[in-house]
Amino acid sequence: MFITTLLNALPGVVAQGLIWSIMAIGVYITYKILDVADLTVDGTMCTGGAVFIMLVTGGWNPWAAMVAAFLSGMAAGLVTGLLHTACGIPAILAGILTQLALYSVNLRIMGQSNRPISVDKYPLLVSARNVREAALSNPILVCVLFTAATIGALYWFFGTEQGCAVRATGANPNMARAQGINTNFTTVLGLMLSNGLVALSAALLAQYQGFADVNSGRGAIVIGLAAVIIGEVLFSKVFRNFALKLLAVVFGSLIYYLVYQVVILLGLKSDDMKLITALIVALFLAVPYWKGRYFAKRTGRAGKGAGSHA
Amino acid sequence: MLELKNIYKTFNPGTVNEKRALQGLSLSLADGDFVTVIGGNGAGKSTMLNIISGAYTVDEGSISIGGVDVTRLPEYKRAPYIGRVFQDPMMGTAATMQIEENLALAARRGQRRGLRTGISRAEREQYRELLKILDLGLEDRLTSKVGLLSGGQRQALTLLMATLKKPQLLLLDEHTAALDPKTAAKVLSATEQIVRRDNLTTLMITHNMRDAIAHGNRLVMLYDGRVVVDVRGEEKRRLTVEDLLEKFNQASGSTEADDKLLLS
Repeated sequence: MFITTLLNALPGVVAQGLIWSIMAIGVYITYKILDVADLTVDGTMCTGGAVFIMLVTGGWNPWAAMVAAFLSGMAAGLVTGLLHTACGIPAILAGILTQLALYSVNLRIMGQSNRPISVDKYPLLVSARNVREAALSNPILVCVLFTAATIGALYWFFGTEQGCAVRATGANPNMARAQGINTNFTTVLGLMLSNGLVALSAALLAQYQGFADVNSGRGAIVIGLAAVIIGEVLFSKVFRNFALKLLAVVFGSLIYYLVYQVVILLGLKSDDMKLITALIVALFLAVPYWKGRYFAKRTGRAGKGAGSHA
Repeated sequence: MLELKNIYKTFNPGTVNEKRALQGLSLSLADGDFVTVIGGNGAGKSTMLNIISGAYTVDEGSISIGGVDVTRLPEYKRAPYIGRVFQDPMMGTAATMQIEENLALAARRGQRRGLRTGISRAEREQYRELLKILDLGLEDRLTSKVGLLSGGQRQALTLLMATLKKPQLLLLDEHTAALDPKTAAKVLSATEQIVRRDNLTTLMITHNMRDAIAHGNRLVMLYDGRVVVDVRGEEKRRLTVEDLLEKFNQASGSTEADDKLLLS
């Protein structure tokens, strides 16, 4: 019984996991590459959907609306980036400020706290309704394409001169500046790219579930982190290539939603999931620290060098 | 080549932690000068290098490199003129990036970074050849993460990166201080070799008086944020550690040899 219900729910799990994986890849850019914890995404995860729905219901082509959603996310990233670099506000606080401001902005965009959109009336790219159909309209297909395109584009970008400059900024800002890299610019660029992807994911999610809600981004950063960390813990030994590392994030996101589904089927409410997600992330972050602290071999000074590039 | 005019720099002004690091520092380097810099702790050596590189801004005074006034330029805009090796081996390289990626970043110092590929095949071959000069076996590890290298290897790599694109000015901030004596000697001799080969204008801070005497064509001693001793040419060649101590005592007006200076 349990297994059949789970199998029944599996297509939905995959679709949701794929949609959120684009968001998680955005988080990966800031958290892993730029070494910044960017909390803007909780706001952007609504903005993208809000922008998309308002434009499409206003008569826009959904593809154009996707582009607009991506740009709206980039704008949010730009604000956080400028608060951080031009105004000297610590990155975490800059993100919190933008996130808070976005709550009002999102309400302004939507005019109300929740906006529905129907797949019957508008040519949406994905919809939960078709998730069990073996047809081209199945959202899983579109989501796979979006995820693959995202990974491909980022693999290309982070191999370019400018992409390498962004990576160097996260790896060692002193070295980056010594090599003539404007680290303020690269930080802003990374934040814009990240939030653009988050907004893109949000636009897909809004279509998939058929609405955008002002609260739909709450805790998004933690879900994104969960995907990044689960992917890293489970696949970092096998996946070394950059594209594969991004794929690990996608797997992390899929696993997260699988666990989510299992927990729901076991009788917990979806309202409990935020608590469980927070616990999972806390645990996955704490375990490597405990390992390093209590189980490391005593190597004296050698540990200094080994620890500094963690 | 390098012109420092009457530079003042005070940290935490108006607080109990106020520190007057540079107090009217002036120094002028000719093209091809290899200047070693010594001085006790707090004499202003590192601060001097950091105001040249742009890591710190000056309170007063002016800095020009090759005739260009860089006083108001941010750090990254001065990078085209300057190659740097830091005291901390972790500072000069990106640990999570590959050896060849680090070199490719350095090869583009001072260039506009666009959407061309971050590292070309031709470059890889060039880097392999250059790494052979270091004689550390790094030429076979181009795709290794720099974080896996030892402090000495990282420092040697940083040196290579600093000079990969010939800088107008090379700044070495006690770049062998954190290394064991054998590795330090190796890195120092590589430094000497590269500086001679490219005839680089160089400022090298060192804690070691013997190194300061053995290298370069000119020696500068800082005290209290000013240049108090400036020896060059024939006089520099005949310099001994005793002479230096004598000069230090004269300059500082103290009769006891400062043991901080004697750390070497």
